[in-house]
Amino acid sequence: MPEVFEFEFMRRALIGGSMVAVLAPAFGLFIVLRRLSLIADTLSHVALMGVAIGFVTSIYPTFVALIATTSSAAAIEQLRSRGRLPGDAALAVFLYASLAIAVIVISKSSGFNADVFGYLFGSVLSIDDPDLFLIAGLLVVVILFVIAFFAELTQSAFDQDLAHTSGVRVTATNLALAILTGATVTASMQVVGVLMVGALIVIPALAALRLARGFRTALILSISFGLLSVWIGLIVAFYGDIAAGGSIVLTTVAMLILAESIRRIRDRIEPKRASKSTAI
Amino acid sequence: MRVENPQSQYIRSCGTGADLAAGSRAHEVTSNQPVVCEFDNTWYSYGGGEPAVESVSFQIQKGDFAAILGPNGSGKTTLLRLALGLLKQSRGSVELFGEPSGRFRDWSRVGYVPQRLEGLGTRFPATVEEIVEQGLYQGFDPLSMFRRRGRKKVYDALEIAGISDLRQRPIESLSVGQRQRALIARAIVGDPDLLCLDEPVSGVDAVGRDRFHELISSLNSEYGMTVFLISHDIGAVMQGASVCACINRTVVFHGPPHSITGDHLSELYGFPVDVLLHDALHEHR
Repeated sequence: MPEVFEFEFMRRALIGGSMVAVLAPAFGLFIVLRRLSLIADTLSHVALMGVAIGFVTSIYPTFVALIATTSSAAAIEQLRSRGRLPGDAALAVFLYASLAIAVIVISKSSGFNADVFGYLFGSVLSIDDPDLFLIAGLLVVVILFVIAFFAELTQSAFDQDLAHTSGVRVTATNLALAILTGATVTASMQVVGVLMVGALIVIPALAALRLARGFRTALILSISFGLLSVWIGLIVAFYGDIAAGGSIVLTTVAMLILAESIRRIRDRIEPKRASKSTAI
Repeated sequence: MRVENPQSQYIRSCGTGADLAAGSRAHEVTSNQPVVCEFDNTWYSYGGGEPAVESVSFQIQKGDFAAILGPNGSGKTTLLRLALGLLKQSRGSVELFGEPSGRFRDWSRVGYVPQRLEGLGTRFPATVEEIVEQGLYQGFDPLSMFRRRGRKKVYDALEIAGISDLRQRPIESLSVGQRQRALIARAIVGDPDLLCLDEPVSGVDAVGRDRFHELISSLNSEYGMTVFLISHDIGAVMQGASVCACINRTVVFHGPPHSITGDHLSELYGFPVDVLLHDALHEHR
């Protein structure tokens, strides 16, 4: 058995990391296509606020973060869809308000700065059983959601007005997507940390979009890039003795560069398709 | 694909002032048909400001090729969005197939082609065939991810739209005109009763525009689809439409296209307009 698998904490990290590597990029694809990449960053700051409140109140911090992110995601979506605030403005308000609350709570409580540090930069090597169960539960919900509502999610991602006039319940689909994105952010912050959680959600999806021509392929590629990033990132972190979160995120960037390179090579090899064959 | 539209030929041939009554008959042919879409004293304003649409009342009947004309900012697109339930009117009513548009649910009866797509510019991972297949959505299906439905219908729609050879092409790789044809195919794949188009030829070159208008005319005359077309192309509307509404926040004119006079257009655009009928010029020569 390779040395990396001999340690219990590494086996847990690989299991937890792999589950998050499926969760985050699966949602990332829909978020990127709807040009809502910033929502992951905003919700990660909301999660930090939840973690800080969790420490102060001695309630399981990940659970508080889960409540904070899902309720904030629902509120952001409501503000955006009803036109009360432009989408980016709603995200900015939630990002800065939650960050401010987190800073105040942390500054008033001097006893848990080291623990908060772990949430900020990721603590995949210290994932425990409750974390694994939470991530596994979320994984099941998310997979079922994406499979069951695949048509609605793809229609909404393509064009919301067209989706509405096809009979898709666009508002309900968006709300569910936002809430589950909040939950995904909470699960992912264990692995790469609050500051980099957006990368694991967005970058594998971007890499997949460089190569995929169909939606199903994009979904599979997005998850594949996420899994490869987590596995390679964790192994590099183990042998290189570096921070796992940073290592994983840099691997996602490497995947994006790889995907772009493959695309360019493919474009050169493939004959240009005739575009003059059709009337217009 | 070129399909002769008897109605448009008829209107063209009787497009002189002497035959306006005949043009009116073309509209009357459909006057006893069921109402597909109805605006009744409809008002709408964005954010509670100046009304974008003021006291608009008219009907579109089954079989009509209805064109909505007007300058930029006149409320044409707002009207279409109200009809499709994408906006809710401030006052009055908007009905689609006899139901308030906000509560309308039978979307298989409606096909829609927007002026532009939200996702335009992003690398949307779908082939033309997959986009057209979206038009066959018939409600929640938990196994939709594993199904490819209505392949024959998709191929037929692509053929009618004249883009069968683009079936496997990524949607984002198409030209503007090709993409609009793909959206037409998506709109008609479910064989809708009403086809709504919001300036579908903006950004398309002149030749492409003519072919596109021929296609829309054939969908109306050959396939029996009621057409609700938003356009600022008066020439195309005069050739193809059976009924026309000129809008500048409120209705300036409603009736057969060849009843439109220079005075109507002057009122519509806010400056003097003369109408030149090409068929009439040819006859005088």
